[in-house]
Amino acid sequence: MSALIEVRNLAVTFGSGRSHVQAVRNVSFDVAQGQSFGLVGESGSGKSTILRAICGLAPISAGTVHIGGQPVRSPRDPAFYRQVQMVFQDPYGSIHPRHTIDRVLSEPLAIHGFKDAEARIEKALQDVGLGHGFRFRYPHQLSGGQRQRVAIARALILEPQILLLDEPTSALDASIQAEVLNLLDALRVEKKLTYLLVSHDLAVVAHMCDQLLIMQYGTKVEELTRDALQRRAATQRYTQQLLVASEGFKGP
Amino acid sequence: MSDVSTRDWLLSDRPASRRQARLGQAYRTWSQLRRNKLAMVGLGIVVVLIVMAIFANVIAPDDPIRGGDLRTMRLLPPSWSHLMGTDDQARDIFSRIVHGSRLTLMVVAMVAVIATPIGLAVGTTAGYFGGWVDVVLMRTTDIFLAFPRLILALAFVAALGPGIENAIIAIAITSWPPYARLARAETLQIRDADYIAAIRLQGAGRARIIWGHIVPLCLSSVIVRVTLDMAGIILTAAGLGFLGLGAQPPQPEWGAMIAAGRRFMIDFWWVATMPGIAIFVVSLGFNLLGDGLRDVLDPKGET
Amino acid sequence: MTDLLQVAGLNVSFPSRDGPVRVVRDVTFNLGRERLGIVGESGSGKSQTGRAILGLTPGSGTMTADRLTFDGIDLRQASVKTWRTLRGPRMSMIMQDPKYSLNPVMKVGLQIVEAYRRRGDATRADGRDRAIAMLEAVQIRDPERVFRAYPHELSGGMGQRAMIAMMLIAEPDLLIADEVTSALDVTVQLDVLRILDDLVRDRGMGLIFISHDLRLVSSFCDRVLVMYAGRVVEEIAASDLHHAQHPYTQGLLNCLPQIDGARGPLQTLTRDTAWLA
Repeated sequence: MSALIEVRNLAVTFGSGRSHVQAVRNVSFDVAQGQSFGLVGESGSGKSTILRAICGLAPISAGTVHIGGQPVRSPRDPAFYRQVQMVFQDPYGSIHPRHTIDRVLSEPLAIHGFKDAEARIEKALQDVGLGHGFRFRYPHQLSGGQRQRVAIARALILEPQILLLDEPTSALDASIQAEVLNLLDALRVEKKLTYLLVSHDLAVVAHMCDQLLIMQYGTKVEELTRDALQRRAATQRYTQQLLVASEGFKGP
Repeated sequence: MSDVSTRDWLLSDRPASRRQARLGQAYRTWSQLRRNKLAMVGLGIVVVLIVMAIFANVIAPDDPIRGGDLRTMRLLPPSWSHLMGTDDQARDIFSRIVHGSRLTLMVVAMVAVIATPIGLAVGTTAGYFGGWVDVVLMRTTDIFLAFPRLILALAFVAALGPGIENAIIAIAITSWPPYARLARAETLQIRDADYIAAIRLQGAGRARIIWGHIVPLCLSSVIVRVTLDMAGIILTAAGLGFLGLGAQPPQPEWGAMIAAGRRFMIDFWWVATMPGIAIFVVSLGFNLLGDGLRDVLDPKGET
Repeated sequence: MTDLLQVAGLNVSFPSRDGPVRVVRDVTFNLGRERLGIVGESGSGKSQTGRAILGLTPGSGTMTADRLTFDGIDLRQASVKTWRTLRGPRMSMIMQDPKYSLNPVMKVGLQIVEAYRRRGDATRADGRDRAIAMLEAVQIRDPERVFRAYPHELSGGMGQRAMIAMMLIAEPDLLIADEVTSALDVTVQLDVLRILDDLVRDRGMGLIFISHDLRLVSSFCDRVLVMYAGRVVEEIAASDLHHAQHPYTQGLLNCLPQIDGARGPLQTLTRDTAWLA
């Protein structure tokens, strides 16, 4: 059975001529349906760029991306957006400051011609644990965690199969992070979603994902299962460095 | 149910409808503006201007066009019967000023209504599309910016003939470029925001993104800019009137009144000074209001 | 160990539409020549505590304290002149984003020299040498280049190290580090902490390390203060953190995902309104 997401030899280059930057070089991986796959790396590793390339926000300079066996079309078509959605990192920047939550959730429904918008909006808010009272608030009246829940609701309202998660909890406090991660986990099981999660935090990825890909400087370092990571069976030095670093500071 | 006062309803943090949310936001903005005393002074002046314009017929004691007895009522100094004196045609200056407020208001409103949408449309489109669209639109904007207002107005009026309508069009044509620049600058910043990426990822077309997502964010700075510009627009209209290119006599346009009163500056100062004071007060009012609006509507402080 | 800093009953409040809001409430602690971590989530008041100690509470806020003494000097009554002798030479603060704390139009080297010369009247050549030496001490491999660079030309980690160099060149007795590693990659974080560790050890400084990262703080600091809603809810030695008493600290520790953790839902923190009292 072919994977739901197939990335082959993906390269993303920004700029041209002398000032070009190769953000991603020759990265390949597969994500099976229902799987939760993690991309781990530090800043500049290209992990977020891969997500953006998959959904069309960054150009694919070389290589291919297949979703459900079909190559992605450029520009992406509405069917793609019904299949793949993204949750962004910054809860303060991913919701339009002048729109109520109601507008944020009803607009995608309007674009794609859904008829029962009212019911869908109420259900979406319930699914992410926000009550009805939140529906007509503005983003600045919500906390970071609540905004991120709205971002998740927005991503799920078109009933996609695949969620691309770009550091969804990096900007949240630790206690809120736990709630949002639990929510994402529960939603994945309930709605049978496939996740591609990007994070710099090895612990978050190890918790959420069965399989992970370590990246550095735009290229793949190695691919591991969670078990291998927990057994510290990393073959590459960089992975081991990350593992050591995640244990905190060790004095002399 | 009416235990909840209107204020509580507006400020509720669980609004139950779009209308309640929008009204609540508007009320919050208003409360913030109200705290700024100078802005309230500015608002007061603007309100007085509007009221004067609407009720000019009631407020003005005399006819602004037909003067009184040319032998006895010319160039009378300010007194209780003529609050601002009379001019050389024996017309009550106060009445002329009150009626002239209509012209002033008309100029300001029409220019705002014409120039603002053009500026917004050009700026947001250029900023969002980028590439050659940006280049073409911005170079066109530069061409219009290259003309000083008064010179372009002169050219226009020379082509179409003098009159207040042509003056308005001429001023509007030279007013929109700065708004386009402003809208473009804002758009360039907003364009890369995650919420724009999010709506793109939901399949929104470019028109929907520009109109529904980008324009609302540019609106605040453009509104502030337009309000602050109003003083300049009034002065330009007055300048055109002064040159005889705007409102034609006997229309009581304030700039034309200053021009006409110039000759009498030394012995009968009130003829030119009164309309000058009127222009000054109204410009000041718009400036104060614009400053206050800027503090309140600043999109960077999104709270 | 004589205490470098003594804080008792520190309160900071800001005005708001519904009356004054207390963001720091009755904070009490002492600091010797050790590493003290202050941990809290956003809104806990940890940054404002740090700023209050340095007299940097924003103008709209009000700071009161029963006791705020640095090396015997009462900071509450300190005059502008006293602050000028204290801030920089004796008490210093490093903040989160070097991009916003370094003057963007001035070369890095000059800023460091300026910080050095504020201590006394060193000659210009001396200042330059000391600045280069300091940049080497923070493990910048090419100190000459960084000396001549502008802040925006440096990466996050390098900028942060340059900031540390600038703050430490005057050899203060007390250093407050406010979320200095939060914007950095994990491997760079540890490098920066290692540098701070060496410097604190060598120079016998007192360090207050403010962060939201409980794990990092517990591994780096000697003692930890946990703050919630403006109050200190726990004061404990870093090595004893797993025996924390207060439910908030326990909750904070338990809600973190671990690499070796189980697959099930993470423990979440249920906030007790009693903690707000």
